[in-house]
Amino acid sequence: MAPLLELKDVSARYGQVAALHGVSLTVEEGEIVALLGANGAGKTTTLRAVSGTVRRAGDVVFAGKRLGRSGPEVTARAGIAHVPEGRGIFAELTVWDNLRMGAYMRRGRPDFRMVLDYFPWLEARRNQQAGTLSGGEQQMLALARAFLQRPRLLMLDEPSLGLAPLVTREVFRVVGDLNQKEGLAVLVVEQNAAIALNTAGRAYVLETGNVAISGTSDALKSDDAVRSAYLGY
Amino acid sequence: MRSRLGYIGFAVLVAAVVVAPLVSTHYRTYQLAFVAIYLIALLGLNILTGFTGQISLGHGAFLGVGAYVTTILVVDHGWNDLLTLPVAGVVAGVAGLAFGLPATRFAGPYLALATFAIPLSFIGLLKRFPHFTGGTLGKQLPSVHSQFGIHANSSVWIYWVSWIVALVMFLLAFMLVRGRLGRALRSVRDSEIAATASGVSTAGVKTLAFGISAFFCGIAGGLFAIAVTYVNPDTFPIDLSILLLVGIVLGGAGSLSGMIFGALFVEFIRITWGPALLDLFSQVHHINTRAPGSSLVVYGVVLLLVLYIAPAGAAGLVRQLLTGKTAVAAWAKQGRTAAEDQA
Amino acid sequence: MQQFFQALFSGLADGSIYASLALALVLIYKATEVINFAQGEMAMFTTYIAYALLTHPHFGHTFSYWPAFFLTLVIAFVFGVGLQRVVIKPLERASVLTVVMATIALLVILNGLAAWIWSPELKFFPSPFPTSTWVIGGVHISKQDTGTFGVTIACVVVLWLFFRFTKLGLAMRAGAVNPVAARLLGVRTSWLLALGWGFAAVLGAVSGMMSAPTNFLSPSMMQAVLIFAFAGAILGGLESPVGAVAGGLGLGVLLSMLGTYVHPVTPELRLPVALLILLVVLLIRPAGLFGRVVVRRV
Repeated sequence: MAPLLELKDVSARYGQVAALHGVSLTVEEGEIVALLGANGAGKTTTLRAVSGTVRRAGDVVFAGKRLGRSGPEVTARAGIAHVPEGRGIFAELTVWDNLRMGAYMRRGRPDFRMVLDYFPWLEARRNQQAGTLSGGEQQMLALARAFLQRPRLLMLDEPSLGLAPLVTREVFRVVGDLNQKEGLAVLVVEQNAAIALNTAGRAYVLETGNVAISGTSDALKSDDAVRSAYLGY
Repeated sequence: MRSRLGYIGFAVLVAAVVVAPLVSTHYRTYQLAFVAIYLIALLGLNILTGFTGQISLGHGAFLGVGAYVTTILVVDHGWNDLLTLPVAGVVAGVAGLAFGLPATRFAGPYLALATFAIPLSFIGLLKRFPHFTGGTLGKQLPSVHSQFGIHANSSVWIYWVSWIVALVMFLLAFMLVRGRLGRALRSVRDSEIAATASGVSTAGVKTLAFGISAFFCGIAGGLFAIAVTYVNPDTFPIDLSILLLVGIVLGGAGSLSGMIFGALFVEFIRITWGPALLDLFSQVHHINTRAPGSSLVVYGVVLLLVLYIAPAGAAGLVRQLLTGKTAVAAWAKQGRTAAEDQA
Repeated sequence: MQQFFQALFSGLADGSIYASLALALVLIYKATEVINFAQGEMAMFTTYIAYALLTHPHFGHTFSYWPAFFLTLVIAFVFGVGLQRVVIKPLERASVLTVVMATIALLVILNGLAAWIWSPELKFFPSPFPTSTWVIGGVHISKQDTGTFGVTIACVVVLWLFFRFTKLGLAMRAGAVNPVAARLLGVRTSWLLALGWGFAAVLGAVSGMMSAPTNFLSPSMMQAVLIFAFAGAILGGLESPVGAVAGGLGLGVLLSMLGTYVHPVTPELRLPVALLILLVVLLIRPAGLFGRVVVRRV
């Protein structure tokens, strides 16, 4: 069966600086895949290359269709939800308005019921200005909003950034839930390799714009050499 | 300015200045005098816009200040016209500082909008104090005549006076933008945040740039009054400020030598090419193109075309021709970082 | 006391004209960080279009006031969208300074075009409101002023409703706050920018048509209004639509009061005085009355 998402030799640059030098990876339907590596390895750039936030060279194939030189709007409509670094919530708007934006592309009434099943606390905070939420709450809001897009693939950029360990665990629990109950495929970029590998089934480790090593989470976790060299624990 | 290229260019300019009156009619020479006057104004405005990155829509008013200072000193107090020039410059410069001091609290584009108000206010003030300024009737200056025992045609005289002053001001501008001041100006243009972090007082630098540019315009204004022999509140409308801005962009903001092209453009589009272009157009389309406003349309369209095609102006094109490098208009790239290079 | 109320009402009427244009400026600024210098001239130009509809026969008859008014709003909207697509969009990768220069070029072109097509002489523009006054408690309230205030504020309210309650309005607000995130949600931010320009043009048209009866129609009629609108927008904090409206109204009232009670302030000095007020306010509150100081993370 063809993978849901496939990157074939994808490169990207910021102005004169090349950030990705030919990255190839796949994400299967219903999988959780982690993208690991040190700062500056190109993890965030990879997600941006997929969503079209940054100019890319090489092939990105999603659900059998090649994504040409398209921008973020097109990738979003194709069924990829990208929660960027820093969460990308609309700080000046209310929680509810943020959620409504999640359903922007969809016709008919948004299915808020379903979202509130996973994030029940949002109901009480509807009218709160999103910028005043705590870091963890903002991350949850971003997830809820992405979920409202009813995507086939969810891309998360460093969800643990700035969050306490307890909150991070909660975030990953919800991600795992969404994956299992809704069949949502997830590509998650993380610096916290430990927790990522506990949630993901497979992982790729990036180093200076290339895939250095890849494998199942179990394989990577159990290999001490890999752990100390690439995962830092 | 690449040194060798710059010196050669300057030498060529001086040679051209010397030769021109010998091969031109008196009228043409008179026009070329105005090229020198506009050059002085553009050099000043360029220091503010091209080097410090602040747009001003009001510098025509500083020409007005200089013109009126010269006129009042000559007509009411019997000064020698040439001696009034430094005073015109200083008074305008002080006016520029006075505006700059509070106004540089507004950042970038809103500062430009504030400058839009300078000519409107200036004209209002001129009309409010007619006893001093001659009100709407303005003032008449004595006609241009050669001095210091030199006998020359008045056009040739004003040509030489203007160009000598222009070349001096050119050297002054060159020295100003070379050293620390130039670096400070450019740092404010390229990144205000970085400049502040480096200890540059951005408001101070911008204010200084306003003062310096106003000084240049004041001197240009004084010369203008001497050459035209008449001033009134309508001599320096917003049109002129806009035209100067177009001249800067066309010549190449951030390039001193480019201002020659800008000055040539300002003078000739006003008097010669503009109307000629419109005449051509009218022959094809049978529209009355001598109507008021038609020239403004031409300036605006030219400005747009330059912004789309060659934002680095004539100077950028010349540099590209001579060195083969595409001119990265530092001026045009200000504010965008590499990370914003998006699909 | 009567003098106070008269000054208040005429100040509110003038202020509503500034507020409408100020809101237009803030709309575009919030979304793009660009001050549209051509906003005043766009307003002027669309007012001339209304004039043409009112005075020249089209398809056999001239329009009466209100049909011409609304048709002009539609034309203004298309005009605004068109200008953004044709003139501004090609420069989307250029620096803010370059785009600002382009709006200046637009200003120049529109000004020249208006003078060229319709000639620069002052023209009379009709008002839909009678010139009589109501007398309440000895205070003369001009119907013209009330009408001006009513129409402009009504437009502002309609726009507010749009932004608050429609999906598109929400998307525009989101796009202004975080365009990258909005795009990731499928919002075509590029077209929403054009929409913003369309709305701004409509606000400008209202401002122009309400201003023309008293200030006469001429190519430079909106230049001073633009400055006042800008001052009002800055007073309100350039990023705040509410602030723009409040600032515009406030400035109108303040200038009216100064003109009535402080005698050296003659009409020619209104502009320098407005700038002076602006400077004083900014010295005390640099972000404007409603603005928040934006801490830029380096």
